[in-house]
Amino acid sequence: MRLELGIINITDVQLGPSAAIKDGTLYVDSDALVAHLLENEERLVDVKVHLARPGESVRITPVKDVIEPRIKVDSEAEVFPGTVSKVLPVGSGRTHVLRGAAVVTIGKIVGFQEGIVDMCGPGADYTPFSQLNNVVLEFVLQEGLPAHDREQALRFSGLRAAKFLAEPAKDMEPDEITTYETLPLMEGVKRYPDLPRVAYLQMLQSQGLLHDTYVYGVDAKQILPTLIHPTELMDGAIISGNCVSACDKNTTYHHQNNPVVADLFAKHGEELQFVGVIITNENVFLDDKIRSSDWSAKLAEYLSLDGIIISQEGFGNPDTDLILNAKKIEALGIPTVIITDEYAGTDGASQSLADADPSADAVVTGGNANEIVILPKLDRVIGDINVVTVIAGGSDKALREDGSLEVELQAITGATNELGFGKLTTKGY
Amino acid sequence: MSKIRVLHYINQFFGGIGGEEKADVPPSLREGKVGPGMAIQGAFRDEAEVVSTIICGDSYFNENLDEAKAQILQMVKDVNPDLFIAGPAFNAGRYGVACATIAAAVKEELGIPAITAMYEENPGVDLFRKQLEIVKTANSAAGMRDAVNNLVPLALKLARGEEVLGPEEEGYFPRGIRVNYFAEERGSARAVDMLLKKIKGEDFETEYPMPVFDRVDPAAPLKDLASATIALVTSGGIVPKGNPDHIESSNASKYGSYSLEGFNDLTSETHETAHGGYDPVYANQDPDRVLPVDVLREMEAAGEIGKLHNMFYTTVGNGTAVASAKKFASEIAQKLLSAGVDAVILTST
Repeated sequence: MRLELGIINITDVQLGPSAAIKDGTLYVDSDALVAHLLENEERLVDVKVHLARPGESVRITPVKDVIEPRIKVDSEAEVFPGTVSKVLPVGSGRTHVLRGAAVVTIGKIVGFQEGIVDMCGPGADYTPFSQLNNVVLEFVLQEGLPAHDREQALRFSGLRAAKFLAEPAKDMEPDEITTYETLPLMEGVKRYPDLPRVAYLQMLQSQGLLHDTYVYGVDAKQILPTLIHPTELMDGAIISGNCVSACDKNTTYHHQNNPVVADLFAKHGEELQFVGVIITNENVFLDDKIRSSDWSAKLAEYLSLDGIIISQEGFGNPDTDLILNAKKIEALGIPTVIITDEYAGTDGASQSLADADPSADAVVTGGNANEIVILPKLDRVIGDINVVTVIAGGSDKALREDGSLEVELQAITGATNELGFGKLTTKGY
Repeated sequence: MSKIRVLHYINQFFGGIGGEEKADVPPSLREGKVGPGMAIQGAFRDEAEVVSTIICGDSYFNENLDEAKAQILQMVKDVNPDLFIAGPAFNAGRYGVACATIAAAVKEELGIPAITAMYEENPGVDLFRKQLEIVKTANSAAGMRDAVNNLVPLALKLARGEEVLGPEEEGYFPRGIRVNYFAEERGSARAVDMLLKKIKGEDFETEYPMPVFDRVDPAAPLKDLASATIALVTSGGIVPKGNPDHIESSNASKYGSYSLEGFNDLTSETHETAHGGYDPVYANQDPDRVLPVDVLREMEAAGEIGKLHNMFYTTVGNGTAVASAKKFASEIAQKLLSAGVDAVILTST
C-alpha cells in the first residue's frame, strides 16, 4: 500500500470572508463552518470559533481533541472512514495535509479528563500544539445529554471541522510530497532480505468514556489485535475518543502523525524493514488483557519479526497490558522496546509503573507526569479556566490568586506522550 | 563568602575512644576535627572548616535509637552548621546505619544539608538511599582517601545549594528519584535506535530500569463471618455528592472518611465518584457498584456478617503516588484497628 502525503505549509490562520489558503495563510469562513457543523449534528446548539497562534498569550482548556486538517484528493475514500466518512479503505493514493494548522475542540467538561494547551510561556514547551495555528471550536450542546452522547457529538464535530477546513487544499499544488509504501509480506522479504524485520505494536486506549479509540469507526474495546497499514493511520483510520489525563493520551493529531511510524519509515530500507503495524486494546477486564496480549504475541511471531516497538497509551491499569505484551513477545525471542511514561509522585520518589517485569529491559519514557509546573497567567483564556480545579492533574489549589496555575504535567495535552512524540524524558537521581 | 561551617559525625573507633568494648559510649561533642575529619579538612582547603565533631558509640546509637537521635540533633542545633557530614562508614554495618539515620534526620528535621558515605553492601545504603546522597566508598578504611575526595565536592555543592548532577557523575548511590528533562531526540527516534541496538546485540541503556515490587501476603481468613465487623475502603473515588473534601481526580493528596450511618443504599442523589481515570457514568448512576453498601446491608440484615462498619474510607487511585497510597493506608488501617474492625473489603474501580 502506497500513500503520497502532499504537505501544504500553513504559517498563519485568519478569519476570512471565504475559505481559502493563500501564501501559507488559512482563511476560515466561520459562518460556513458553523453552519456545516450545526447541519450535521443535531445535538449541537452553538459553535464559537476562536483562533490561537504560536506565541500568543492564550490558554485553551478543557481541550478534548486536536485534529490535523487533511483531505484525500484522488479517491472516493475520505479521511476518518467509519466515523464521519463512509467505510472505505484508506491509506493509498494522495492526501493533502495542512501542516501547521489544527482543529482544537473544547466545550463544557464531559469528565475530569480534559487538558490544557498554552500557546506561549513554559506550558507551551510541553505541548506540541502550541506550535500550531489552531482553529479552536467551542461547542455548546443540548442540555441534559448523557455523557457518552456529549462525547460523541464533540468528537464527530471536530473531525467534520478538520475535513471542512482542508477542502480548499484539494486542488492545490503541495509544497512537498513524501511517499510512504508498505510492501506485501513476501515482496518485502524478497526486497530486503538482509534487513531486520521490525513492526510496531500500538496499544489503543479502550477503558470507557473519554478513554476510547475508534478504528474505522469500531470501538477499540471490541477489536481483537489486528494488522493495519501505517499509511491508513495517516488517513485517520484511527481516531481519538479520549483525553483522560491529557498528558499521555493520543489525540487524533497524534494518530495522523504517529512518530513511531514516521521514524520507522525514516530507517526503512536502510537499517530495517518496517513490516507494519499491529493494533491492540487496553480493556479493563483481565480476560481481555490476557486474550489481547496473547493475540499480539501470536501476530508478532506470525510476521517473523526480528524486533518490535510497543507504545502504551495511558497509565496504571494499561501498565498491565504493556507488561503482558512485552513479556509474551520477549518470551518468543523477539526483542522489544516499550514506550511509556511515569507516575512517580510529585517528588519523583515513588515507583513509576503499576507493573514490572525483568524482560522489559528496554524502556523509553516520556517523563514523570506527576511533576508540578507553574504556568503564569496569560492574557486570554479560550474555554473555562475554572475546570483546572477538577481535571486530572489539577487540584483545589491549582488556580492561584495571581491567576497563575499550579498543575501536574498530566494536565497538559500531550506533555508525556507515549508514542514518543515529544523530547521530554526522565532520568534517575 | 564566609567559610562553610561543617559538623562531622564519627563513631567511637574513628573518634579514637576505642573499639567494640567502647561501642556503648553516648554521644559527645568536641571542638574541631578528629580522626577522618583531618582528611576531610584537607580536601576542603579554605572552602570550609570542620568546626566540631560528634563522637558516638555504634551500639549506643543503634540500641537507644530515639534517645541518641534526640541528643545528637540537639548538639547539631546548638552548633548550627552549614553542612553535616557523617562517616565515611565503609562496610561497618551499625556505623553505616547510624551515619545514614542521623544524616537523614539532620536533613529532614533541621533542614541542614547532610551527606554520608559508605560501601554498597552496608545496610545503611538500602535503608536511606532515597532520603539523601550517600557517596560510594570501598569496603574498608584503606579507601579513605578516595572516599574523602568523592565526598567533599558533592558536600560543598549541597552546602551551597548548587545543582547536584546524576548519581553516575557525582558518585552517590542512585536514589530512585525521577527527574524530567528534555532529551536531544524525540522518544520515538530513541526507541528505534534502542531497538536496532538490541537487535544487533549491542549495549543499550534503558531509560527506566524495572523495579522489584513488594509482595504482600494475603491476611488469614476470618473464623466467624457472622460476628465480624466489616469495613469498606475504596480507591474508586466514591464520595458524598459534591466531593466535600475536594479529593483530586488524579494523584490524590488525601483520602476522605465518611459516615454510612443511615445509608442502606447509595444513589446518584447521595454519592458520586471523584475518580478521573475510568468511565464515571456507571458509578455515578449507582455508587454501590464501586462501594457495595447495599449488598453489605442485606448481608447484615440476614445475619451473614456481624455488621458493616459505620465509616468508609475513600480515595482516588488514579496516578496516585505509591508513597501517598502507603501513607493513606497506614493511617486508615490504624483507624480501622482502633475501631475494632475485623476485616476490610477493598474495592478499586
